[in-house]
Amino acid sequence: MSLLSDPRLSEAAGHLPDYLGNHLRVSLAALALGLAVSLPLAIVARNRPVMRGALLAVASIVQTVPGLALLALFYPLLLALASLTLNWFGFDFSAFGFLPAVLALALYSMLPVLRNTITGLDGIDPALLEAAQGVGMTARQSLFSVELPLALPVIMAGIRTAAVWVIGTATLSTPIGQTSLGNYIFAGLQTQNWVFVLFGCVAAAALALIVDQLLALLESGLAARKPIRAALGGAGIAALVAAALVPSIARSSSSYVVGAKTFAEQYVLAALITERLQAAGLQATTRAGLGSNVIYEALAAGDIDVYVDYSGTLWLNQLHETSIKPRNELLADLKARLAKQHITLFGTLGFENAYALVIPKKRAEALRIHSIADLASHAATLSIAGDYEFFSRPEWAALRKAYGLSFRVQRQMQPDFMYAAVASGDVDVIAGYTSDGLIARYDLVTLDDPKGAIPPYDALLLLAPKRAHDEKLQAALQPLLSRIDIDLMREANLRASGNDADSSPTSVARWLWQRIGGR
Amino acid sequence: MTAALISYAQVSKRFVSRRDGGGAVTAVDNVSLEVATGEFLVVVGGSGSGKTTLLRLANRLIEADSGTIAIEGEDVRSVDPVGLRRRIGYVFQSGGLFPHMSISDNIGITPKLLATPPREIAARVDELLALVRLDDGAVGDRLPHELSGGQRQRVGVARALAARPRIVLMDEPFGALDPLTRDALAEDYRALHRQLGLTTVMITHDMTEALLLADRIAVMRAGRLLALGRPAELSASREPYVMELLRTPRRQAERLNALLPGAGPA
Repeated sequence: MSLLSDPRLSEAAGHLPDYLGNHLRVSLAALALGLAVSLPLAIVARNRPVMRGALLAVASIVQTVPGLALLALFYPLLLALASLTLNWFGFDFSAFGFLPAVLALALYSMLPVLRNTITGLDGIDPALLEAAQGVGMTARQSLFSVELPLALPVIMAGIRTAAVWVIGTATLSTPIGQTSLGNYIFAGLQTQNWVFVLFGCVAAAALALIVDQLLALLESGLAARKPIRAALGGAGIAALVAAALVPSIARSSSSYVVGAKTFAEQYVLAALITERLQAAGLQATTRAGLGSNVIYEALAAGDIDVYVDYSGTLWLNQLHETSIKPRNELLADLKARLAKQHITLFGTLGFENAYALVIPKKRAEALRIHSIADLASHAATLSIAGDYEFFSRPEWAALRKAYGLSFRVQRQMQPDFMYAAVASGDVDVIAGYTSDGLIARYDLVTLDDPKGAIPPYDALLLLAPKRAHDEKLQAALQPLLSRIDIDLMREANLRASGNDADSSPTSVARWLWQRIGGR
Repeated sequence: MTAALISYAQVSKRFVSRRDGGGAVTAVDNVSLEVATGEFLVVVGGSGSGKTTLLRLANRLIEADSGTIAIEGEDVRSVDPVGLRRRIGYVFQSGGLFPHMSISDNIGITPKLLATPPREIAARVDELLALVRLDDGAVGDRLPHELSGGQRQRVGVARALAARPRIVLMDEPFGALDPLTRDALAEDYRALHRQLGLTTVMITHDMTEALLLADRIAVMRAGRLLALGRPAELSASREPYVMELLRTPRRQAERLNALLPGAGPA
């Protein structure tokens, strides 16, 4: 099948107005804010060596923070700020999505603009500054009619660099809830949909190039005093701004938002929930690719209405418990504790997505390993791989403590690549997920946990505080409770990880619903 | 000689030198000097003599530490420096033209700052281009870098005259030009000075140029005013530095007389 006739391409194109519009809006807002702050700062700082040094140092440090971390840091920061303003001034604001993305990206845009503006103003021939003074200009007139125009090429180069950086980095705002072209990339990576990944990358690169060239046109038109060229560049930028201001999909306040974390199972379940809500006549949209902590806080703050989380995750990460209780006791405890935060634990879906140590079946048989206890004696010669968070999670500490595990090498991997890596022998053991469809595909086995070191990870439906008594919503979700068993979920996940036209979360969700409805 | 248009009374200016461990350098040392209306004063001195500082004190590009400077009878400290600069023409050493503005915009800048209507500015620019003999071809629409050095300096003069100042300050205006251009421009300016009734203070390190242009010459050395007078008066000076300065033009004149018999002095 050729790429052009691939239905995933038309599906990707269908998302384009929404993703591109949001991407453009967040990028341009961040760039505008960054410029509004950096340009005056640079102008004020140019004759003040101490302030100038401090500014450039801070901006450089910000630049060294990885984009994803910077974006992620703004979410808790704003959340804390919102609760402060609520306490002090009686209002709060959404710390989710647009605002943290704009602030973090604006901060990110500052270095090139600051540096180039200061350098550009610094590089002006002192004789010209004297001439400006000599012909009778005030400091302000000198700045606006001599210094800034002369420094313009250098300043514009900085602005263009900032624009390209911001547009590129904006793809990372997806995990904090801002829809962007990054949605293609995150979803594509998680569901092995390379068409999506490619589409997102090409779209972001094209947007960056177009904005860069429009700014170049504007600059060269101004510098060469060619009004038509400058007007063309200016009109192009203005058109983009206008396009960004047109709300792509007006989201009414009665619309439900379904959240999803950054892995395939979550994409499928969010698609399933969204379809169920729409089938019940409710307006629903999906916010996919959210970070694990962001999504919980977003639910608590009411930025999303419903999502699927896992009992062990909530117990350890959100409630900061270290004890591990039997399954039913833990669920009851969890329900009560979440209720205190006004979050409704609506029910379990029927399967568990726990961490489990996974090895190839043949290897397990050869080494006579059935449980983690059997593995412990071989561990010193083996390597283990886990996802980005596993080795800093309490489960890992508990496992090591309970079984005295100590591996030769620890590696972190993109979860989708772990299964292939263990199947091919690149690593010996992986910390996989029990519901992952790849376990069956690669002929792997999950090792038993006789000491119960890993807590239960039942998939749960959580509802936002404002949906605690929403009967329509609850009626629409009711048919999903206890209907998805581990085999069904594994098969769904396996389908979602396929690299073909039927592997989109929406198609898999439809298949899943048919299976549930057919029983 | 009529009333003094510019007067310096016991003026001093020190600069803190960064190079010499924060020691102060006296650029202008207790100078008193009066320039009469309509006079063409040329200040001569080597580099570091304080001649440029003396010039800039007059329109407050530099502020004096002590002493009093009066322009048209007013103490410059009591007037707004920006307004002061707008009514004094200033010709810069390197031209000082703004490279991003057309020749017309450069010439019209001070009237524009004074909020003169655009049509009046345009008329004034044409008038000035003719005055400095740049009226052939569309020079006004060009950018400074498209002009020759001599043409740029003519634009510098036109810009200084744009707001019809009574006083023109010139900082080595012809220093970077070839001798022929320089001579032509100096002659043309001398004529403008007379024709427009200007009062001019010009700086140069070239004694020959000073002798040919000046009504009076002021000789500066190490911040001090060493001698002041008409060329003939300076010629009688017993001051060794003044005698040294005059030696070159004298020798040149003798050699030229010998080489070009019958031509007579210029």
